[in-house]
Amino acid sequence: MEALLLEYLPILIFLGIATALALLIVAAAFIAARQRPDSEKLSAYECGFDAFDDARGMFDVRFYLVAILFIIFDLEVAFLFPWAVTLGEIGLVGFWSMIVFLAVLTVGFIYEWKKGALEWE
Amino acid sequence: MIVQALAFYMFATVAIAAGVMVISARNPVHSVFFLIAAFFNAAGLFVLLGAEFLAMILVIVYVGAVAVLFLFVVMMLDINFVELRQGFLQYLPIGGLIGVILLVELLFIFASWTVAPDAGAVAAAPMSALGEISNTRMFGRLLYTKYIYYFQAAGLVLLVAMIGAIVLTLRTRKGVRRQKVPDQLRRTRAESVEIKKVETGKGI
Repeated sequence: MEALLLEYLPILIFLGIATALALLIVAAAFIAARQRPDSEKLSAYECGFDAFDDARGMFDVRFYLVAILFIIFDLEVAFLFPWAVTLGEIGLVGFWSMIVFLAVLTVGFIYEWKKGALEWE
Repeated sequence: MIVQALAFYMFATVAIAAGVMVISARNPVHSVFFLIAAFFNAAGLFVLLGAEFLAMILVIVYVGAVAVLFLFVVMMLDINFVELRQGFLQYLPIGGLIGVILLVELLFIFASWTVAPDAGAVAAAPMSALGEISNTRMFGRLLYTKYIYYFQAAGLVLLVAMIGAIVLTLRTRKGVRRQKVPDQLRRTRAESVEIKKVETGKGI
C-alpha cells in the first residue's frame, strides 16, 4: 500500500508545483501589473461589433449522438485493459468471454454504420 | 503517512467545495466544469485508497466522456435561467423540507450502520493484500471468468444504449445532397451528353 502510494508521489509533487505556480502567476499579475480599468478596454475594438446573440445557442442533437456513441466505445476499451493484463491467467473462458462481448458490441457497431449514424451530411 | 493524510484532506476539501459549486454556480456550463473538478478529486481519493484502476477509469470515462455529454446536454437545453429562478423562493419551503427529511434518514442510516463481524469471511472473492498484485490484475482475474454473466450483461446494456441513442436521436434530413459515387460512375455517355445542332440565328 505504502509502496503503491509512493509511486504516485511525483504526481502529487507535480500537482503541488502546478497549483503554486498558477497562483503565483495570477497573484503576480495582480500585484506587479499596472491596473487601470476602463470600460473602453472591454468594448468591441475598431471593426468588431457587439455580440448579436447569446453564445449558448441550441446545439444540434447529432452532437449528443456522437458523444454517446463515443462513451459506449470508451467503456468497451476500458473493459479491455484488465483483460489484456490477465490474459495469461484467465484461460480460454476469459478469452472467449471477451470475444463474445466484443461481438455483441460489433453488432451494434454494424447497426450504427448501416443506419448512417456516423455520417455527418 | 502525514503526506497521505494531507493529500486526503486536500482532495476531499476540493471535491466537496466543487460539489457545492456545481449546485450553486449560476451558469450551468460552469457547473459542469466544477463537476469535472469534483471527478478529478474523487479520482485522487481512489488512488489514496489503492484503487488505481477505478481512479483511471473515473478520469477516462467520467471526465473524458460523461462530462462532455453533460456539456452537450446543457448546451442543447434551451432554458431561460432567469425565468427558471423566479419560482425559487416559492418552492424553497417544500424543497427544504424534503432535503431535511433526506438528511435525517441518512443520519439514521449511518448512525446505526455496522459492518457484520463475519462479513470478511463470507466474501465471494477475497482480495489479496494491496500492493502484492496490481489492482487491474485483481479485476481481470474475476471479471471475465467468475462474473462472466454480469460482464456479458454489461455488453448487452451497452448495445441497448447504443441502439436506443440511435433510434431516439437519428434524424435523416431532407433536401441534403450527398455525393453518391456509384451513381456518378454508373452514368453513361448516352444519358448525360446530348449534342444539338444549333442553327445560325436561332436559339435552342
